[in-house]
Amino acid sequence: MKYKRLCLVTVVCIILCTLPACSGKSSDDRTLTVFNYSEYLDPDMLERFTEQTGIRIQYEEATTPEEMYTKYTTGAISYDLLCTSDYMIKRLIDEGEAQEIDFSALPNYSNIDDKIITLSKSFDKDNRYALPYFWGTVGILYNTGKVTAPVDSWNVLFDGEYSGEIIMQDSMRDSFMVALKALGYSLNTTDENEIREAAELLKKQKKDVASYLVDEARDELVAENAVMGVVYSGEAYLGNEYNSDLEYVIPKEGSNLWIDSWIVTKSCTDTDAARQFLDFLCEEDVANANFEYIYFSTPNKAVVDDMDEELKTNTAVVPTDESIENCEIYEALDPDTTNLYNELWKEIKSE
Amino acid sequence: MSRKKVQVLSIPYILWVIGFTVIPLLFVFAKASTNAEGDLTLEYLLAIFDPVHRKALLLSIALAFTTSLICVVISYPVALILKTSKFKNTKIIMFVMILPMWMNFILRILAIQLLISKNGVINHLLSMLNLPSLNIINTPAAIVVGMVYDYLPYMLLPVLNCVLAIPDDIIEAGKDLGAGRLRVFTRILLPLSLSGIGSGITMVFVPSMTEFVIANILGGGKIQLLGNVIEQEFSVSMNWNLGSGLSVALMVFVLITTFLFGHDSSGSNRNFVL
Repeated sequence: MKYKRLCLVTVVCIILCTLPACSGKSSDDRTLTVFNYSEYLDPDMLERFTEQTGIRIQYEEATTPEEMYTKYTTGAISYDLLCTSDYMIKRLIDEGEAQEIDFSALPNYSNIDDKIITLSKSFDKDNRYALPYFWGTVGILYNTGKVTAPVDSWNVLFDGEYSGEIIMQDSMRDSFMVALKALGYSLNTTDENEIREAAELLKKQKKDVASYLVDEARDELVAENAVMGVVYSGEAYLGNEYNSDLEYVIPKEGSNLWIDSWIVTKSCTDTDAARQFLDFLCEEDVANANFEYIYFSTPNKAVVDDMDEELKTNTAVVPTDESIENCEIYEALDPDTTNLYNELWKEIKSE
Repeated sequence: MSRKKVQVLSIPYILWVIGFTVIPLLFVFAKASTNAEGDLTLEYLLAIFDPVHRKALLLSIALAFTTSLICVVISYPVALILKTSKFKNTKIIMFVMILPMWMNFILRILAIQLLISKNGVINHLLSMLNLPSLNIINTPAAIVVGMVYDYLPYMLLPVLNCVLAIPDDIIEAGKDLGAGRLRVFTRILLPLSLSGIGSGITMVFVPSMTEFVIANILGGGKIQLLGNVIEQEFSVSMNWNLGSGLSVALMVFVLITTFLFGHDSSGSNRNFVL
């Protein structure tokens, strides 16, 4: 008898609990599945978006563009919005995975810097698919206490003066980029001779290199285990915070310029919600919160205009027009060139 | 135990071996003997003879050999000392030896990196004493230090077990029959502990041969072992065929060492039991 009553109570409870959810669903239970790099967006902003619009966000993260691509194409989760890097955006557009965005319906789109929109044409020809989110460069972070001569060229990494004090990126494309630019070639070159010449330069440089690192490069420079290193501009700001002797420079020969952008996937059905989310990201407040979360360069003019003078004049955070004049965005390499890169990189590493 | 019971009890392990050893191995062999188009080829299995790969293999062998040797040199005297000492509580000894393994091995390698880096703890102490600084970070020596640190317990345990198990009577008998200290060591102790050293070497040499994480952290990405080449082929170059081909070649070398040392140890072990 007692048991029966317990059952009844439980059933009633379950019904009561699910009722509000059911009624909610009928009116505005909308969900967006958002895919982004890890630690690339202030989590508070997601909550704020849901409070403002009632649209729930299902947030997914990945660390590399390749990982994102694999997860996206396997189709286990149907993503609505995705933020990734230039060459991967191009690949997704080329494969027909992106939906056109009606930018005229985004009131805050006017906050986005025209310069970055123009640069985005290298992977989104008519600016129809991609909304710029963050951008930056690759440059040299050096210790002004140990390097007295002004650093403005990649040659400082190759002239042997700072032998044993140099950190290079342990990434094939970025290391070749440095050598190609030092030689005055395009970083997207497919000319075998130019690439081989760059490889020779890197081989000769190896004895002067303290180590090839990726994420630890900044920490090693902060700890002064080396005096200069090739880093992403996002690392430079924090490097300077931890060790004020560290300065960032984009060498005059030019460098890699990268832009991470949002696209709406072709499987997104609630495009109105997607539009609201993208417009929300362009709001000054929100863009500023995200900027202060990671300190990469923001394409949001309103945020840049309201920055402190100290931040605004920091080339790692706000690169000047002339410093990026010779910079190029990576283009996807053809398979033959990729194979050549792989082979030469292995030779360099085995020197 | 009845035959049937044995069969039933072995099912979990058999499933494990099939799922995580046999099937993956078949995949690796299949990838190694075909090219990207799926046609049979020997190209990737023979790629080990390519100068870049051969160099990486030789370096891997050299570092693994040095590591094993250093481990023996450190472990054996410890085992002898413990054998002759009055302190026979092996449980406590084992505990102390396994203690470092309680911490994640990458964490320990990162700690070593902090210790030996250019502005690291050791160099700070040396400079305070006006001594020349230690510059081994990002060299093969640093990798050997890391590997010895990580793999020493795998040498210590079998060597210690083996040495402690040698009956004192045999040594006494040898001494009674007029053998000097050196003779006792070369004719009794060493031959009887070869099995322990053999399995120790196998357990240190094999992981050292295939190492790539320690090489990356302590070698600063400058030293390329065969493990690093294979890792790069899988994760960066996306050439799984070449990666598999090199893995199979590495397996052959590992098998050769295991056979060399394993054979020797089983032989002496049997003598000892008799």
